[in-house]
Amino acid sequence: MSEATTQIDLHARQVKKFKLQDMFFHQVTLVFAAIVLAALVGIIISLTIEAMPAFKEFGPAFIWTNVWNVPEDQYGALSAIYGTVVTSIIALVIAVPISFGIALFLTETCPAWLRRPLGTAIELLAGVPSIIYGIWGLFVFAPLFAEHVQPSLQKLVGDTPIISGWFAGPPIGIGILTAGIVLSLMVIPFVASVMRDVFETVPPQLKESAYGVGCTTWEVVTNIVLPYTRVGVIGGIMLGLGRALGETMAVTFVIGNANRIVGSLFAPGTSIASTLANEFGEADPGLHISSLFALGLVLFIITFVVLAISRWLIKRGIAKQGN
Amino acid sequence: MSDPQTIAVGEAILSIRDLNFYYGAFRGLTNVSLDIAKSQVTAFIGPSGCGKSTLLRTFNRMYDLYPGQRAEGQINFHGKNLLDKKQDVNLVRAKIGMVFQKPTPFPMTIYENIAFGVRLYEKLNKSEMDDRVEWALRKAAIWEETKNKLQQSGLSLSGGQQQRLCIARTIAVKPEIVLLDEPTSALDPISTAKIEELINELKTEYTIAIVTHNMQQAARISDFTAFMYLGELIEFGNTDKLFVKPSQKQTEDYITGRFG
Amino acid sequence: MQLYSRRLLTNRIGIALSMIAMAFGLAALLWILWTLFYNGFSALSWDFFTQDTPAPGSEGGGLRNAIVGSLMIIGVTMVVSTPIGILAGIYLAEYGATSRFAATTRFVTDIMLSAPSIVVGLFVYALMVATLGGFSGWAGSVALSLIAIPVVVRTTENMLLLVPTALREAAFAVGAPRWQVSLKVTLRAVKAGVVTGILLAIARVMGETAPLLFTALNNQFFSTDMSQPMGNLPVVIFQFAMSPYDNWVSLAWGGALLIALIVLAINIIARVMFRNKVSV
Repeated sequence: MSEATTQIDLHARQVKKFKLQDMFFHQVTLVFAAIVLAALVGIIISLTIEAMPAFKEFGPAFIWTNVWNVPEDQYGALSAIYGTVVTSIIALVIAVPISFGIALFLTETCPAWLRRPLGTAIELLAGVPSIIYGIWGLFVFAPLFAEHVQPSLQKLVGDTPIISGWFAGPPIGIGILTAGIVLSLMVIPFVASVMRDVFETVPPQLKESAYGVGCTTWEVVTNIVLPYTRVGVIGGIMLGLGRALGETMAVTFVIGNANRIVGSLFAPGTSIASTLANEFGEADPGLHISSLFALGLVLFIITFVVLAISRWLIKRGIAKQGN
Repeated sequence: MSDPQTIAVGEAILSIRDLNFYYGAFRGLTNVSLDIAKSQVTAFIGPSGCGKSTLLRTFNRMYDLYPGQRAEGQINFHGKNLLDKKQDVNLVRAKIGMVFQKPTPFPMTIYENIAFGVRLYEKLNKSEMDDRVEWALRKAAIWEETKNKLQQSGLSLSGGQQQRLCIARTIAVKPEIVLLDEPTSALDPISTAKIEELINELKTEYTIAIVTHNMQQAARISDFTAFMYLGELIEFGNTDKLFVKPSQKQTEDYITGRFG
Repeated sequence: MQLYSRRLLTNRIGIALSMIAMAFGLAALLWILWTLFYNGFSALSWDFFTQDTPAPGSEGGGLRNAIVGSLMIIGVTMVVSTPIGILAGIYLAEYGATSRFAATTRFVTDIMLSAPSIVVGLFVYALMVATLGGFSGWAGSVALSLIAIPVVVRTTENMLLLVPTALREAAFAVGAPRWQVSLKVTLRAVKAGVVTGILLAIARVMGETAPLLFTALNNQFFSTDMSQPMGNLPVVIFQFAMSPYDNWVSLAWGGALLIALIVLAINIIARVMFRNKVSV
């Protein structure tokens, strides 16, 4: 019996040590998790502090004023915000239907043996760094666009009121529309992957019962898959939007870098990210840098809101699967 | 059903009194009381959802891992109540081991699988550890099959062998009680037979509590059997007696296959 | 019957459209990759890897300083990001089920995964460059770490959550303390998945330009001094591509091709490793 008691004593000592070790482990991992949190808080705080001078000088009107005059230290974010928003919208208008088509193909029409390689191809596309889209856009796409597509578009539209204004101006290849198109190529693989993941959460029995009553593939998709995944799909689209809004390199190369708003899509413009990329390096301390920080803050807030909403939607979309 | 059933042979190593268990608001066990006899095999049988696994998992405080689950009552082991909040959980688990339904070798070498648990509470040098590993693998009747591949991953063994490895790992730390939660339900008949043989040999040194959904298995290997239904202990007693002449109608119905 | 044939037609059109979309996506991928090869391959010479970036107007040159600089910056980034990411991921998997703090951290990680990387650059500029008075390789690594860490956290947590409860319970059942169960059993079980996460993080930061623009900046000359502005591939590509010099543009294509090849290679390797997600 004495061997048993010695064993129990040894155990007791070990157990105390283990308790301390576990507490230490908990604290250490918690600290590291806190680093991620601290980063976000740090970003918000530093951006706000640096942007303060600009907001003090221009007030909230900074956001809707269209001016960017460096020599005279007059700054307003409107042209950058306009460029950011318009290019992102163009990107989504193009990307969403195509992504949807790709996701549909991968989940319904694709022959089984092709599914894996094609899905992988799309995911690899999503990993291509944006700078590559940028230089491709500048050197390959823009000249072709200027030479073949832009004149044809202008001819097509002719003199129709309003619409011809959208496509007015010399066909230089780079500009808001080009940036939007290049951006859409960046966003497509991303949104397509998310949509495909969401489509795959549809329980097979649900689809099978629809096929069982004689529905065509298209009908199953529009009547079963889409309504079931509606929330997740919207979340995926918003995720693409969030990415598009913040994209720098794909846009900077081809947007033309002109700090003004012209009605035409063919005109050069600027986005918040490309303004920052182009000007920050040589900006004078003072109002110029502060205004740039202010632009950064605006961009961050917009993307934060969009990403938060998209995350909530995607989570809800996946949670529905539990029913 | 709270009169403890008396033990005719040997002493009680675990005394369970008025045990109630809750999954959140749902009551999984109601007023369970019984004694587990030392160096005997006690089997727990009953239809799915009757609470037999739940009961087993209170013995080594496994439910502690999950915030919504709690147990009330007494499980007395060496004079102390296991369920007491002040009772250290790791200490309990060092003395009361468990083998699970699905064989779960650690992602380590076969040697390490055994050594891992031993190292927690004992300081052994290399040759002592080698001896302990060999001893545990022999006891689990798997030494011959593994002695030449101790440095290979535990996952390289077959299902039945993995389960015997898990048993070896559990007894390597020299517990007093070994809990087996449906240990053969994922195995083929030959592996099952080997493990049943093993249980028979182990019971001379360890107390064994086994949950099984296979009545015939319970009848084959256990000394005492507890029949449970809907969270309550319906009948508990000597295995031969319970299977031949059960005193409760429900027990009889279950054994004869009228429900289950 | 007319209704039926109309339904069939709609179906055919729908399917055709989906195939066109897929073809479009693939065509775009192939087009981009092909022009990348076409324009960049000729730049990949021995000089490319052994010569430093040429001064404006001068002939020839290579990207040696940019390549070395990128390797150093990313090296430091991963040395910093890997332990932070893994430990944070462990925290979320082990203690994250019920804690408010964990839910918030998870939320923040998700946001940071898709947040504009240029804003991260601004932050590190304000934090390190403005305060310490100069651009540096270290600042570049900090900025890239803020992008890599969320990737590692997310993969680590997801992998750990895949481990079957039975394995965890078995480890607890021999009386192991929580930290040993976490590190010696569950983390070991998903080793391959965690390494994949690290690889994906590397692929991600390889191509990031914006965060380096205001932190590491660039360096024309060969330097291994991380406390000074550091040459790196993405920023060099950015500068050279938009320039009027032919050799600069050619080098930019070469650099872009190099990055694309490495990123694709990493992604493919990660996918092949990913087959054995959990070794149980």
